[in-house]
Amino acid sequence: MEKTVNQRAWLLVLPVLVLVAFSSIIPMMTVVNYSFQDSFGENIFFWVGLEWYQELLRSERLWDALGRQLLFSFIILMIEIPLGILVALSMPKKGISASICLVLMSLPLLIPYNVVGTIWQVFGRADIGLLGRTLSDLGISYNYSQNAFDAWVTVIIMDVWHWTSLVALLAYAGLRSIPKPYYQAAMIDQASRWNVFRYIELPKMRGVLMIAILLRFMDSFMIYTEPFVLTGGGPGNATTFLSIDLVKMALGQFDLGPAAAFSLMYFLVILLISYVFYTVMITIDKDEAKQ
Amino acid sequence: MSLRLHGISKISNGETHIYATDLELQKGTMNVLLGPTSSGKTSLMRLMAGLDRPDTGKVFWDNVDVTKKRVQDRDISMVYQQFVNYPSMTVYDNIASPLKLQKKSAAEIDAKVQEMAELLKLTSILDRKPNEISGGQQQRCAMARALAKDVGLVLMDEPLANLDYKLREELRLEIPRLFDASGSIFVYATTEPEEALLLGGNTATLWNGRVTQYGKAMDVYRNPVDETTARVYSDPPMNFVSVQKDGAVVHFPNGQTTILNDDLARLPNGEYRAGFRAHHLEMSDGQSDAVEFAAKLIVTELTGSDTYIHVNARDERWIGLIPGLQTFEVGQVLKISLDPKNIFFFDKDKKLVASPNHEPEKSGA
Repeated sequence: MEKTVNQRAWLLVLPVLVLVAFSSIIPMMTVVNYSFQDSFGENIFFWVGLEWYQELLRSERLWDALGRQLLFSFIILMIEIPLGILVALSMPKKGISASICLVLMSLPLLIPYNVVGTIWQVFGRADIGLLGRTLSDLGISYNYSQNAFDAWVTVIIMDVWHWTSLVALLAYAGLRSIPKPYYQAAMIDQASRWNVFRYIELPKMRGVLMIAILLRFMDSFMIYTEPFVLTGGGPGNATTFLSIDLVKMALGQFDLGPAAAFSLMYFLVILLISYVFYTVMITIDKDEAKQ
Repeated sequence: MSLRLHGISKISNGETHIYATDLELQKGTMNVLLGPTSSGKTSLMRLMAGLDRPDTGKVFWDNVDVTKKRVQDRDISMVYQQFVNYPSMTVYDNIASPLKLQKKSAAEIDAKVQEMAELLKLTSILDRKPNEISGGQQQRCAMARALAKDVGLVLMDEPLANLDYKLREELRLEIPRLFDASGSIFVYATTEPEEALLLGGNTATLWNGRVTQYGKAMDVYRNPVDETTARVYSDPPMNFVSVQKDGAVVHFPNGQTTILNDDLARLPNGEYRAGFRAHHLEMSDGQSDAVEFAAKLIVTELTGSDTYIHVNARDERWIGLIPGLQTFEVGQVLKISLDPKNIFFFDKDKKLVASPNHEPEKSGA
């Protein structure tokens, strides 16, 4: 049979091409453009080459923000993943109570970021907030707007409150997919509760946990709204994570060139870390399979 | 060693899964629980294992009441339809796991694992993980794990159901060998009469939560106590037709008759059910003593060497197994015949009154 040439097929992919071009490619290329140029307003641009990149890499500002960001993501992963698993393990397995639990668990996920920020901002205020007032009445000094440690604790608690249920729901789904005979076989083997967790539940949850870690890492690495609502990145620069720093640079100082270079590097860092993480997990999986 | 179930029953969510059942299994016997899906095979096994508590009755192990004993403290192991192994452990560690939990010495564990691996042909894949070996190997691994413990009671719940045809046949031939090597009580659940006959030993037929008969595989096959048992222990299910007995003459609904021998002639007159297995239905060759029927063909199934015919003979739907590959037209009226020697007779209460080989033994059950 002869091959039919039908160029009209291009028409069918055209809408997608247009959509992707306007939503992703053109804005992205604009940022790339900015990152190699300098502007003094009035839409006049000068080519500066890699200057912004070199300047940023030499500046402490970027490295400090990156350090804070990595520490933050690390802490919330260390809390949310084990806590989420623990919550999933203690959730009822079936019946009406399981449904109620699932609904309650998904409630925090439905609340917008800025609302979460506002809730905790008010909740923690030393003058009118329930938490802040209670703590100060108990004689515990707590003030997120002046104490860097308190601000960190508040942002972390906010994130844990907001997102642990996502990890719990994913882990719960993983647990529910384990066939009952596994538990019975373990019971017959006289395996302890810990062994059941270590040798059945954890390996069987591996896939969903990988997704949970990846999602929580990427999302926490881009955290913006919560610290912005709480202290605007303060006190000082204590909670100035990468996005907050970026917005300060782009909108606060209107340094479009450096900000563009910053966003591209930010993007590459997230891409790189996610890629490394994913590759490592896949390799471990393969190695384990080979052994 | 013996396992005795005394009047145990299981009801959950208002539904009776097992009606009061008595059963005694002796040491070193192979016991097949034969019944269709949801007839209570798994429920009964779970009660034997102690995974479920019976609602009534008691379970005795060597005449000691173990009804309330936890499954962890019982001397059992179990193989499931799904291939259940620890996913992150190698085949070696999987087989060794129950022994480790029993705190056996390393040398003892190693010797046992090697022995099991040898028996189940796993020696070359001991260092692999369950997800990189075939389904058949995974199930062998699960069996090795179950047998490594040297327990008194080994429960196998349709262990071959998830395997493909070839692997199933291969593994099925090995089970009697494993059983001989273990000396335990084996309980093996299956839906296939063929498997029950192949494994031999004893068969307990189940239907809707009741054990309808328990005895030597051959005895149950040859003398099913009632219609239900006969149906369960035939694949395809046994065919039936209502007949009228008048003295020594049996009248079939289509007017055909056959003469009974003296023993059977003494049975009270009246309505009986005649049952016969698929392979006893033949294409009529005009033989004088065979009962002939005209039957309309509904479906034919070719197996490669034989042909299953589904036919309507008056009000009854029958399935026959005819040797050779037959090319019948659907809707065609076939002349089929039945040798009266092969007929089981059941009375109005569906109890067996006569089987083709000999009459059923008198028993209280």
